[in-house]
Amino acid sequence: MNAAKVLDAKGLACPMPIVKTKKAIGEIESGQVLEVHTTDKGAVKDLAAWTESTGHELLKHEDDNGVLKFWIKKG
Amino acid sequence: MKAMSAKEVTKKVIHNEELFILDVRNETDFNDWKIEGKKFDYLNVPYFDLLDGVEPILDKIPADKELLVVCAKEGSSVMVAEMLEEAGRDASYLKGGMKSWSEHLEPVKVGDLKNGGEMYQFVRIGKGCLSYMVISNGEAAIVDATRMTDVFTDFAAEKNAEIKHVFDTHLHADHISGGRKIAEKTGASYWLPPKDAEEVTFEYSRLEDGNEVMIGSTKISIQAVYSPGHTIGSTSFVVDDQYLLSGDILFIDSIGRPDLAGKAGDWAGDLRETLYKRYKDLSGELVVLPAHFMIIEELNEDGSVSEKLGTLFAENHGLNIEDEGEFRKLVSENLPPQPNAYQEIRETNMGKISPDEEKQREMEIGPNRCAVR
Repeated sequence: MNAAKVLDAKGLACPMPIVKTKKAIGEIESGQVLEVHTTDKGAVKDLAAWTESTGHELLKHEDDNGVLKFWIKKG
Repeated sequence: MKAMSAKEVTKKVIHNEELFILDVRNETDFNDWKIEGKKFDYLNVPYFDLLDGVEPILDKIPADKELLVVCAKEGSSVMVAEMLEEAGRDASYLKGGMKSWSEHLEPVKVGDLKNGGEMYQFVRIGKGCLSYMVISNGEAAIVDATRMTDVFTDFAAEKNAEIKHVFDTHLHADHISGGRKIAEKTGASYWLPPKDAEEVTFEYSRLEDGNEVMIGSTKISIQAVYSPGHTIGSTSFVVDDQYLLSGDILFIDSIGRPDLAGKAGDWAGDLRETLYKRYKDLSGELVVLPAHFMIIEELNEDGSVSEKLGTLFAENHGLNIEDEGEFRKLVSENLPPQPNAYQEIRETNMGKISPDEEKQREMEIGPNRCAVR
């Protein structure tokens, strides 16, 4: 998947992964994809709920050896 | 901005104080499990909806009530509490978040034993788990210990009591037992009902119907009463002819569910036999001390959870279903969701897997869900 930007939020605790995701998504264009890497397990539910409430689209997420990866399409 | 500890919040629950809780976790987690208090009011707005500021919710937060911001681990509640302070509101955050709420144990003295000695209940207020310590003449026994083992060993040390015996009434599915760890640390015997322990990977003492164990030189007896139903091995204890430790068989306002080891149909009959025959034959004067509570209304004024067996036979709906078919239906159909990670928790309690502490915490998140009502 082609991401316009990759955000490394590994090692950061809640709320920083979402704070940084919000900032990063402000820096890409509508329709582009942001890839987020985090190690905060709480991010799975929170990013899903956040994208829904903000009109972005969570395309997919996966667990890559403890690193949670998300692909979010800007709405 | 102040940090409020789980212990301080517990005091407010027990004393029925008012508190306004702004819970900033996502809605799913909030609806699944939250801090319960009779006079608590709630507002749930996820922290990620507040990143641009708290102004939109200020008019929903009463200015005349103490305000506590709560999240899963603490970080987001600190951020939101800071924003509220900047907006001119006094706000505290829950130290350690729901994680610490889940782990807090509040020791409450239940009563004295006949020949000296004391009975303590450890109320795990956030998750609804209840553990017990019987202390008599320098010796202690612990029943259904949770994994926060330091609380028990420190408490016994404070009371100058040596932990001699550690019991689990059954193989737990909702929380990780601290029994084995305490036994290893103190050299105490760890007792489990063998029918629940067929797959365990460690040595244990066989807890069987009619076993009698003495605590202290005043000989406080702990009698085991085989009482299957929640699990096939479930065992209750009569302590000092005064207390009935009912495990997950009988609660104050509900009864145990027979399905967490996957055999609702088979065990419904055992559960009925235990509740309607074995317990019926016991003295109604025994004070029932269960292994869980489900709702905050089950707490007594001092924060303990207990009631006379006779009163429960009169008032607990689960003990008053005459029709066996109806009973079977209640305990095997429309059951509440299973506790979080219950299979992994059972395997941990059998010694088959050894997750690290962080993983154990995560497995235990949420309410206990061991009852049917």
